[in-house]
Amino acid sequence: MYETTYHRPSSIDEAAALFAKGKDAKYLAGGHTLIPVMKQRLAGPSDVIDLGKIKDLVGVEVSADAVTIKAATTHYDVAGSGPVQKAIPALAHLASLIGDPAVRYRGTIGGSIANNDPAADYPAAVLALGATIKTNKRSIAADDFFKGLFATALQGGEIITAVSFRIPAKAGYAKFPHPASRFALTGVFVARTKSGDVRVAATGASSSGVMRVPAIEAALKANWSPGALDGVRIAADGLLTDIQGSSAYRANLIKVMAQRAVEHAG
Amino acid sequence: MSTVKLTVNGKTVSADVEDRTLLVHLLRDHLNLTGTHIGCDTSQCGACIVHIDGRAVKSCTVLVGQANDANVTTIEGIAKGDELHPMQAAFRDNHGLQCGYCTPGMIMSAIDIVHRYGGKLDEATVRHELEGNICRCTGYHNIVKSVLDAAGRMKVAQAAE
Amino acid sequence: MGVEGIGASVVRKEDRRFITGKGRYVDDIKLQGMTHAHFVRSPHAHAKVMSIDSSAAMKMPGVVGVLTGQQIVDDKVGNLICGWAITSKDGTPMKMGAWPAMAPETVRFVGQAVAVVIAETKNQAKDAAEAVVVNYQELPAAADIRAAIKPGAPQLHPEAPGNVIFDWTIGDEAAVKDAFSKAANVVSLELTNNRLVPNAMEPRAAIAEYNEAEEHFTLYTTSQNPHVARLVLSAFYNIAQEHKLRVIAPDVGGGFGSKIYIYPEEMVALWASKKVRRPVKWTGDRSEAFLTDAHGRDHISKAEMAFDKDDRILGLRVTTHANLGAYMSLFSSAVPTYLYATLLSGQYNIPAIHAEVITVYTNTVPVDAYRGAGRPEASFLVERLMETAARQLKVDPAELRRKNFITQFPHQTPVIMAYDIGDFGASLDAALKAIDYAGFPARKAKAKSEGKLRGIGFSCYIEACGIAPSKAVGSLGAGVGLWESAEVRVNPVGTIEVLTGSHSHGQGHETTFAQLVSERLGVPISQVQIVHGDTDKVQFGMGTYGSRSLAVGGTAIIKAMEKVEAKGKKIAAHLLEASEGDIVIENGEFKVTGTDKSIALPMVALAAYTAHNLPDGMEPGLKETAFYDPTNFTFPAGAYICELEVDPGTGKTSFVNFVAADDFGRLINPMIVEGQVHGGLAQGIGQALLEGAVYDSSGQLVTASFMDYTMPRADDLPSFKLNHTPTLCPGNPLGVKGCGEAGAIGASAAVINAITDAIGNNKLEMPATPDRVWHAIHGNAA
Repeated sequence: MYETTYHRPSSIDEAAALFAKGKDAKYLAGGHTLIPVMKQRLAGPSDVIDLGKIKDLVGVEVSADAVTIKAATTHYDVAGSGPVQKAIPALAHLASLIGDPAVRYRGTIGGSIANNDPAADYPAAVLALGATIKTNKRSIAADDFFKGLFATALQGGEIITAVSFRIPAKAGYAKFPHPASRFALTGVFVARTKSGDVRVAATGASSSGVMRVPAIEAALKANWSPGALDGVRIAADGLLTDIQGSSAYRANLIKVMAQRAVEHAG
Repeated sequence: MSTVKLTVNGKTVSADVEDRTLLVHLLRDHLNLTGTHIGCDTSQCGACIVHIDGRAVKSCTVLVGQANDANVTTIEGIAKGDELHPMQAAFRDNHGLQCGYCTPGMIMSAIDIVHRYGGKLDEATVRHELEGNICRCTGYHNIVKSVLDAAGRMKVAQAAE
Repeated sequence: MGVEGIGASVVRKEDRRFITGKGRYVDDIKLQGMTHAHFVRSPHAHAKVMSIDSSAAMKMPGVVGVLTGQQIVDDKVGNLICGWAITSKDGTPMKMGAWPAMAPETVRFVGQAVAVVIAETKNQAKDAAEAVVVNYQELPAAADIRAAIKPGAPQLHPEAPGNVIFDWTIGDEAAVKDAFSKAANVVSLELTNNRLVPNAMEPRAAIAEYNEAEEHFTLYTTSQNPHVARLVLSAFYNIAQEHKLRVIAPDVGGGFGSKIYIYPEEMVALWASKKVRRPVKWTGDRSEAFLTDAHGRDHISKAEMAFDKDDRILGLRVTTHANLGAYMSLFSSAVPTYLYATLLSGQYNIPAIHAEVITVYTNTVPVDAYRGAGRPEASFLVERLMETAARQLKVDPAELRRKNFITQFPHQTPVIMAYDIGDFGASLDAALKAIDYAGFPARKAKAKSEGKLRGIGFSCYIEACGIAPSKAVGSLGAGVGLWESAEVRVNPVGTIEVLTGSHSHGQGHETTFAQLVSERLGVPISQVQIVHGDTDKVQFGMGTYGSRSLAVGGTAIIKAMEKVEAKGKKIAAHLLEASEGDIVIENGEFKVTGTDKSIALPMVALAAYTAHNLPDGMEPGLKETAFYDPTNFTFPAGAYICELEVDPGTGKTSFVNFVAADDFGRLINPMIVEGQVHGGLAQGIGQALLEGAVYDSSGQLVTASFMDYTMPRADDLPSFKLNHTPTLCPGNPLGVKGCGEAGAIGASAAVINAITDAIGNNKLEMPATPDRVWHAIHGNAA
């Protein structure tokens, strides 16, 4: 790891000001993405600005139609949150599948989404639930947020403050983990809104990151059941091939995981 | 360079270290607490697991600054004098270790699992919860046995308190 | 047996330090004035080193020195060697290419060191290593066996045209040809034995200290055999003379073979400590371990088995290509030859066997012994063939095996080995019972109704352990003898120290060896200290690998105790005024048989050291040394049966049951033995389902971290059901055979046999990832 300067601001404004002052600053929340990258010397930020201790960035709020998770809330706290489990059980379930227990104690939703790893779990929920990403500057719709491999709509210095999920009528998440890294080899989040619209997002399958799956959305809109997907074929074009799975295999997993997500949707 | 101050195994400690210092290196190199090990460089193996404010975390993925003011417990801090922690005793009695290298992280992780699940642990849950700890020697068979055994012992100990 | 003697599952003496964080591994050690080393490693699989400019690095903060491969050559440090000579079928010796500890001219695998930076801190050394400018001229690479043996392939070493190291054969080719000409059925298979990364949890490390006044070196290192390290470092690498080099292997966090070898990093640390006149520490990180620890396996084989009309085996023909990587590691040549092809008879009566083994250089890290070493490859091949034959011949796989089992002992196979004893049928019966084989068809049908594909697979393995009779291995090309030594010291107050040349890095020797002493001399194990891992303390030793420590090292302890007893009896007889022949030893007492006269061991010891009243001419003291050379290998064997389910939607395999029935001879500590089996099974299952080192065609390691190389985790594995069907080994006084490698040797075939049974497709390579299994079910077009 290269030498750096660590900061622990106590407010969002202070964090943004520190970022502006730094030559090549980076935000850190749980640190479970940034620190491994720094250890490999693939990142050498001049300043590391710790958002994890900013009180305004931690916590969960649930209203009649939305679950809002503040950006520095850990996966463990989301997975174990009674209100989240009640409002969107699939979201709590997803959080309980990220990494391993020690990682879930540190990793945060804001960090996961800002990084937009193509095999991360949270982006699938954000996209399928049509969530709104709130920053210290604006609100960004999920459809406008993810911009491909490790890229997002965030501008330099912009801080995610919370992610707001509309509560769906039904939602489910099924993940087939990468056997080594335990990221998603393919994970599929399915959601049916209260108005009957269906959105489905897959992560881990495509090198350009999380993606909608229109063929499955159409089939589930017509008939919300695992069997509705029996005849659906997902094209392998554009999907990842690596030692753990061919594109054909990942195409199959999108369908199978979608079926299992629907089966267990709550 | 920064000065960090934290509580480790009940004692307040401070050190002047580079900001890039990881908690595991503070423990091993500056505080001579070498029971916490390093088995990988990708936050996977769990040999470095310690408790920060009661939660089992990977100390190889925590900058010392993040641990400033925190309460850290390491493998050296869980026995009461000569009396082993029930998890330590269970690992010994069930042959839950061989080379001993992953063991400190395994034990710190396992204590956290029992804290979270109490007596509601079964084999499948223990196996799933040990996802973040890699052992190359035991095939996990006796580690799982140890954790289940310790869960019972910790319940008894708790009831006695 | 006593409560702490042979057969008792005593909890381990060594555990307290490990569970309290007080173990002492190499990286835990700090020396006064210690510096830190970081290596500059090649990013290319094959390249010429055109220049190295360390001027900028030398100016970095904390840098003590930057040393290069040319300097190590100039200082006449020897090249790394392979210590086992193999001769090709045409009579020519194996073709060993030069392997300098740091490459002065050519790098041949990604991660090979070209220079080292020594600095005050590890971070400073890493910072400065980035400032060392190395100018490479890239060369085309051959990253696997097929690429290396293709006509026109890039050549690694001028000594080895066509990248072939040797082309070796064993067995009777004509007899095999004859057997196949008479065959009613022939079963054939092409197999890949996947390349593995050992990944002991403790990465390798070394601390070297040079004492200028004494011209003496001390090396703390992660070694399974510190005396062998000292021998090789002095005799071949010219680092120091043996009496001027102390090698200490303290607590070592697992080895599995990978810590047998003397690696460039230890050599460089020693050499550099004299150069910079400061202690030098190098601790590898996991990424370096992936790139530089010797890998295991990596065979491609063709195998054919001939059967008569009654399903009896007539002959076996095997051709194997083995990848040895870019250089020949210490035991690399022995692994695919004498540790592999000599076990191709398996548990079966096979009248004729012929095997040809061609070893190949590739632009990958060297390959050497990894848990099982050659024997897993042999067992996998034989047991895949047997299962395939059962399917092809439409006979029950258990019955086909039983029909061909060797039942008369001793049994001379056509490939050198003389099996001393065994009862293969007993192991198979125990395993069949444990898994309820009769109930399997009903369970399979039920699983089918639930949408799951259920399969069952067998593996009846045999291995040769207790390595090894020195004369035998010497005649086969080994550069060293493979005996073991022990010294038993009875202290004046009756406590006992045992100095052993075996090295424990997880095996529990401190307990098992103490149990041998407790059994024999009647002292509690708390009064016994096992000393190992330090060349200044222990007389000599060949170390721990090949499941040899108990059969060879334990027997050496027995032999030393026999000498102690003999002397003790003389002293006791003298003190008790009895005849030496009337003295018996019971529960730590020397007794005059048929009387109530006795004297306790501590009193005998005290008499030996005070020497006030010893028999005339007897030397004082009570400590004895024995060097034990075994007369034969030992032959642990057993039957593994695996039952599992495959999810046809994802190709994912889940275990239903895994049973083992092993014959390890006498068990000293059953708890420790079972722990060894568990660990071995995990590595065998890991090879079958999860693990595989993959290089891309340019020679970059794709699986270079735990993010990409799948280590078995708790939720990948089942709990195991173990059974023991011992026959006592006649070759050593303990009747023991060795248990450290069995699981890794036998498990992989059982798993693959079960999956192929479940999916009804016999074509499946290891690791059988969900992707591969799914494709095997649905075809590539799916």
